[in-house]
Amino acid sequence: MINALPPALVLILGALPLIFLKGKAKGVWLLILPVLSFINLLAIPVGSFWSYDFLGFEVVLGKFDKLSLIFGYIFHIVAIISNIYAWHVDDRVQSIAATVYAGAALGVTFAGDLFSLFVFWEMLTISATFLVLARRTKAAIAAGARYFMVHVAGGLCLLAGIIMHVQETGSAAFGFIGLESFASYLIFIGVGVNCAWPFVHSWLVDAYPEATITGTIFLSAFTTKTAVYFLARAFPGTEALIWIGVAMAGFPIFYAVIENDLRRVLAYSLINQVGFMVVGIGIGTHLAINGAIAHAFNDILFKGLLFMSMGAVMYRTGKINATDLGGLYKSMPWTCTFCIVGAASISAFPLFSGFVSKSMVMEAAAHGELRFVWFVLLFASAGVFHHAGIKIPFFAFFSHDSGLRCKEAPKHMLLAMGIAAFLCIFIGTFPQFLYQLLPFATDYAPYTASHVIAQTQLLFFSALAFTLLLLAGIYPAEIRSVNLDADLVYRKGAPWLYRVCDKIFNGINDFGDRVFVQQFPAKLSRFFSDPARNLQSYGVRLLTEATGEEKTLASRQESAERRTRNLAYPVGGGVLLTVSFLAAVSLVFFFF
Amino acid sequence: MKKSNETNDKPGMFDKPENVKRLLVIFFTLTGLTLGIDLFYHKHAIFPWEEYFGFYAVYGFVACVILVVISKFILRPLVMRKEDYYD
Repeated sequence: MINALPPALVLILGALPLIFLKGKAKGVWLLILPVLSFINLLAIPVGSFWSYDFLGFEVVLGKFDKLSLIFGYIFHIVAIISNIYAWHVDDRVQSIAATVYAGAALGVTFAGDLFSLFVFWEMLTISATFLVLARRTKAAIAAGARYFMVHVAGGLCLLAGIIMHVQETGSAAFGFIGLESFASYLIFIGVGVNCAWPFVHSWLVDAYPEATITGTIFLSAFTTKTAVYFLARAFPGTEALIWIGVAMAGFPIFYAVIENDLRRVLAYSLINQVGFMVVGIGIGTHLAINGAIAHAFNDILFKGLLFMSMGAVMYRTGKINATDLGGLYKSMPWTCTFCIVGAASISAFPLFSGFVSKSMVMEAAAHGELRFVWFVLLFASAGVFHHAGIKIPFFAFFSHDSGLRCKEAPKHMLLAMGIAAFLCIFIGTFPQFLYQLLPFATDYAPYTASHVIAQTQLLFFSALAFTLLLLAGIYPAEIRSVNLDADLVYRKGAPWLYRVCDKIFNGINDFGDRVFVQQFPAKLSRFFSDPARNLQSYGVRLLTEATGEEKTLASRQESAERRTRNLAYPVGGGVLLTVSFLAAVSLVFFFF
Repeated sequence: MKKSNETNDKPGMFDKPENVKRLLVIFFTLTGLTLGIDLFYHKHAIFPWEEYFGFYAVYGFVACVILVVISKFILRPLVMRKEDYYD
């Protein structure tokens, strides 16, 4: 046995003291805890640990290989950065939810079996919901409830798949599953919900922009990336993922262009970036998987950085819509600079982190002769620069002067953004440090002249298009609005479903109540109030109807009634005799 | 607090139109340079079209124009609703 704790438990148990801690002590504990957890992780060698027997299946809380470790590292890094960023937050709900959330993500990452994985999976859902609810606005509470419902549905789908899968294979081990049986499809779709696949993606763009300023930083890192990890472990090389990923990379950029809420723009671009990862996993070659994982690693940092910069703007100005912002570069120069670093990273500028990972996926697609996929990914690369690379910094910090004057972001926020920005540039400049951590050995060289020039051209001419369209007045002006997305189905559909269910189920309920609660017992009680007479009178009526002797009906009924009134049936006596007999028999059995 | 107000109220770098114009000139020049450099190096391409002159430049430009045109003239009329649509 090794001298360490399961990584998930360090954070989840570490959340307990937060119930009592307040103020500075709480802040300090939140800074120390992920660092302790990281040290704990570094002390664990590659292998499987903490296995227990559960109903005849092996539950493994720690399966450590290169694939799970790289996710473990980045989850710790982002937890540390996010906690620095959230230093000012004095809200017990948020601190506990965020810590448990990070712990649950580690639980999924290092789970060696599907049962413990599922437990942590659900823990992700619950804790994430609280990060949305904690904003405590009406919109946030509604979005949090929708978030919860969608993820519970996805979780149930996953659970059904897991149970069937375990039944079929006789093993609960978490490894390659592949898309074959019905069970594997259920698992696939259940994970797809967390991965924000098209049509089940709208929880992300619905809830993330409604969450708290600091909550969104955590949210952007964990849920989708644990799903990416799951897919990389269980479904590498599944062709369906290529097409799902292509759709994810493609459609959100159109929405991002017309969206006014800048955090929602980032939420759309989050789906777009996860699309690259999903394509990579779908292609399934070593280069593609490496690219997907490296991109997940980088995305956590630059997407976190972008969300942090927008969070800082929101923290200082209370506004996040492009229509309300602009000209903030004067008030918040550092935030602006860090935002531009994040924008350059997500756009994959040479020397920034996105460049060294996105290109791996692109090249893997090209080597696989996937022409259409390659063209869409290239389109998405230009598009992401357009909406996340230019639009975010431009509308927040430049554009027209909104007249807003505020202070620079607080120091701890700047520190957190600074660390993330440093890592983005460091990884972009020295990618070998990241490449060493990847699941497969690689000698991939991102910095070739062809590659650097091609990417620079792509980006400069995308920027040229933006500039010219803006100068020509064609660029869509930001408008206060709601843009319909797949969540329309349940946001407008749910009241309809409610009404239909109300009609059907309450109809059945009503019917049951009327017939079985009111009418039927009443009839029965009337019948049994005098069963003999009722039975006879019914029999007599049937007989007379059959024979046609209606004259005799009255007299026959009357005689039946007379017999009843005189109790001329030995029923009571019969019951007495039966009871006495049974009592005698039981006494006999008791004594002999 | 007073100090930060003073710095905030100073006209920024981009409040002066000549600065914006200067920036645009630099940007257009750089854009031209990235295209011009295409003539002077040997490309390592996987697909044949990657070797065409200015392939990435044209693709990037056209992609963004298409992106904006589709978003503005097709997607927006389809999906845009008033802010209180769901309330």
